[in-house]
Amino acid sequence: MNGMISMAYLFSAVMFILSLGGLSSHETARRGNIYGMVGMAVAIIATIAGIASGAYWLVAIAMAVGAVVGIFLAKRVAMTQMPQMVALLHSFVGLAAVLIGWGGFLDPRLSLTGAEHIVHNTEIYLGIFIGAITLTGSLVAFGKLQGLISGKPLVLPARHWLNLAAIIACVVLGALFIPADLNAGTVINLLIMTSIALLLGIHLIAAIGGADMPVVISMLNSYSGWAAAATGFMLSNDLLIVVGALVGSSGAILSYIMCRGMNRSFASVILGGFGSDGGEVAEGEIEGEAVETSADEVAADLDMAKSIIIVPGFGMAVAHAQQAVSDLTDKLRKEGKTVRFGIHPVAGRLPGHMNVLLAEANVPYDIVMEMDEINDDFPETDMVLVIGANDTVNPDAVEKPGSPIAGMPVLECWKAGKVVILKRSMASGYAGVANPLFYKENSRMLFGDAKDSLQAVLGKLAG
Amino acid sequence: MIIAIPKETAPGEARVAATPDSVERLRDLGFSVALEQGAGAPASFTDEAYEQAGAKICADGKACLEGAGLVLKVQAPSDEELDLIPSGATLVAFLKPAQNEDYLKKLAEKNINALAVESVPRISRAQKMDALSSMANIAGYRAVVEAAHNFGRFFTGQITAAGKVPPAKVLVIGAGVAGLSAIGTAKSMGAVVRAFDTRAEVREQVESMGAEFLTVDFEEEGSGSGGYAKEMSKEFIDAEMALFREQAKEVDIVITTALIPGKPAPKLWLADMVDSMAEGSVVVDLAAENGGNCDYTVPHEKVVESGVTIIGYTNLPSRAATQSSTLYATNLAHLLSELAPEKDGEINLDFDDEVIRGATVVKDGEVTWPPPAPKITAQPKPAPEKKPEPEPEVAEEKKPVRKSPLGILAFWAVAGALLLWLGSVAPQEFVSHFTVFVLAIFVGWQVIWNVTHALHTPLMSVTNAISGIIVVGALLQVGASGSGLVTLLAFIGVLVASINIFGGFFVTYRMLKMFRR
Repeated sequence: MNGMISMAYLFSAVMFILSLGGLSSHETARRGNIYGMVGMAVAIIATIAGIASGAYWLVAIAMAVGAVVGIFLAKRVAMTQMPQMVALLHSFVGLAAVLIGWGGFLDPRLSLTGAEHIVHNTEIYLGIFIGAITLTGSLVAFGKLQGLISGKPLVLPARHWLNLAAIIACVVLGALFIPADLNAGTVINLLIMTSIALLLGIHLIAAIGGADMPVVISMLNSYSGWAAAATGFMLSNDLLIVVGALVGSSGAILSYIMCRGMNRSFASVILGGFGSDGGEVAEGEIEGEAVETSADEVAADLDMAKSIIIVPGFGMAVAHAQQAVSDLTDKLRKEGKTVRFGIHPVAGRLPGHMNVLLAEANVPYDIVMEMDEINDDFPETDMVLVIGANDTVNPDAVEKPGSPIAGMPVLECWKAGKVVILKRSMASGYAGVANPLFYKENSRMLFGDAKDSLQAVLGKLAG
Repeated sequence: MIIAIPKETAPGEARVAATPDSVERLRDLGFSVALEQGAGAPASFTDEAYEQAGAKICADGKACLEGAGLVLKVQAPSDEELDLIPSGATLVAFLKPAQNEDYLKKLAEKNINALAVESVPRISRAQKMDALSSMANIAGYRAVVEAAHNFGRFFTGQITAAGKVPPAKVLVIGAGVAGLSAIGTAKSMGAVVRAFDTRAEVREQVESMGAEFLTVDFEEEGSGSGGYAKEMSKEFIDAEMALFREQAKEVDIVITTALIPGKPAPKLWLADMVDSMAEGSVVVDLAAENGGNCDYTVPHEKVVESGVTIIGYTNLPSRAATQSSTLYATNLAHLLSELAPEKDGEINLDFDDEVIRGATVVKDGEVTWPPPAPKITAQPKPAPEKKPEPEPEVAEEKKPVRKSPLGILAFWAVAGALLLWLGSVAPQEFVSHFTVFVLAIFVGWQVIWNVTHALHTPLMSVTNAISGIIVVGALLQVGASGSGLVTLLAFIGVLVASINIFGGFFVTYRMLKMFRR
């Protein structure tokens, strides 16, 4: 029986790897998702089949309730709210890891001694620690993204010392906890550590600003994987270890990609938001005036342009403008114009967020390009529509070495013939840096809600 | 306040200071508009169109100007017209303040405030009101059209069944707005275009329009203030002339646009150059009004000298009246939105505003021209005096940081030692799990890098669903524990992990379904 269960686990581990591999292209992505589901089903069935006692009813109830809630959430969520949804789901993994850690700790059946005891306790300790940080960190991220709490970084005085103190406290508690046997003292010890880790998770994520959320979400994704892996060690379960490692490295890679997209080190994102590091903000150096344009003029310009690149940003998600963007794209493509999209790696609040929004609005994915694919094409482009993006199109990043965002790769849309920026106001982006793009000679501003503006432009085009 | 748009009375003037579109804009600013009957006709705007835009049509100039607070014109009003303008009103038109001081005094006597559109300072903020540039743009375009009209050949080169046609060669002197516009137009007609300008900074602009930038072998920076050229030294001009003489033998069409503010136009295309040009060539002199760049130019006229047609028409924008009226009217509408920031139909000559200060030439019976010099000019700093070229910095190639082999060795030595130590103290079971763990990380690393950027969100949600595998741990505990507390914890664990599994997979499914080619 044990052998069969192990083989079933092996099978599902393979399925999970294939599932992630399937995401390498759009064609195979759906198949990948199905592999994932099969793997999960096999793993669960195998585990339940292995349970000796008759707790089937409990399992059935828990899973049924979980399924109903999960599917309800997944059905209801709007694509603009994906970041929140993902954050919330991460917190569940964190919670499960904490609960299982405590369960493993309190489980009376195990009586290990010596090195095994130490290893087991270390695993419990680590699992709970990571799980707790993931739990509260994800909840805070969820709150920020949902707008329940302010997106601004919370900057407590001496916050780095607070974090350091929390970690040292956990290490000390761990040193006391790990060799000790199960008794009232160790229970309190573990309780304190759990509380510290919970608070640490809150504080870590609260200190990070809204624009860095893509990094935070991927990081929490990674944590949830490591939490699962730690649980796997605790329960001596290879499947959990494998899956935890897969998810953990996936999240780590995503965080790395996001950081590279902003030209910032992982540490600087985690330890503090933009602006707090006091880069010189070049105020008043920008010459010229932003010239306002109207839907009429934009429509006329679009009529003239042969090749158009659309650069969406978080503003598009806020205004729910993706459908209008898609309609405009359809119309222009029908008239035989080349329309493409340029997506910055950190556009939106989630890696790949823009792609999902555009896909939701039925924009064909083969005209949606990555920054590196499209950046060289701007000089040959007649017109660029920037929809709710700001820092990701800031020429300062390339031209002004003293700027706080210097060195960040950006979409070089100012090299195109004409740039129209759809924006609500002249306010600066999350980085708090003024954007000279708005003052360039070939730039025009179209103020107002992106969705309304685009619909107005669309109306003029039709006429 | 009523804005009056009288008919232009100057001979040959076909433009008008407002279009139906601009009338709407003016009305949005709170003004009412009175238009003389037929004012737009030469520029193909009908009275009906104006009326629809909300303008009142008046039978004659007198009725139109009666009670007007603001008069928009293209050319400066004649004496008869001036008598009709009410005292205290404000006049906006091309007034040539530099050449017409007496005229300004006359306006001051009549207590008419005046804004000269050509005096709008050339700063970035005022670009949208810069009528001079709008007109120069049209003049440049029209110059090429006139040249083509008088030139007996194609502009573009062709190879046809009837033989090979060489492309026309066009030389544009002075790469200001008009020059650049002429370059663009000639280029788009297929000609080979060359351009010359004393200001080295325009080279990029010239080349961006597709023309070849000619240079003389003599260094002198020709930038004056406000985007104009300054007068050059004798030596420079000699070198320039030599260049032109050489070009004269080759080019078919010459378009001259050289102006120096406040001075008669420099003579650049001399009689002997015209004489050496091929029969049938064309010279268009856009500086004809200020005396002309070409020796043979007769202002307002087209003449033929030694087989070369020399065009000295002075009001080229008026020959494209619909276009020039549209742009001029828009410039004026922008200027008025500056003058009436409250949109209440009242104007305010605010001398703290640099643009308004610059444009206003008469205010409250006093001549206020010339304005103080503009504060900012949009031009690069003059190159420092012949500094020896700094040694081209030995570009320190940013080599990819190569780790020293020793460092790599040290890293793996330490890592290996740690692994060995772990192996010596840890129980056998842990070692085998650890092996699986490390290998799985490497597998994950390889697999995830292949995921396309566009699918990162689905990747997150599917990894999220997969990390719900933690349910297995909870399941094991539910089934196998003797303690009620552990069972309860595990029960909750199963529940939340299930939310993850079902929610994660389902939402991924939803997302992937949306991606279409």
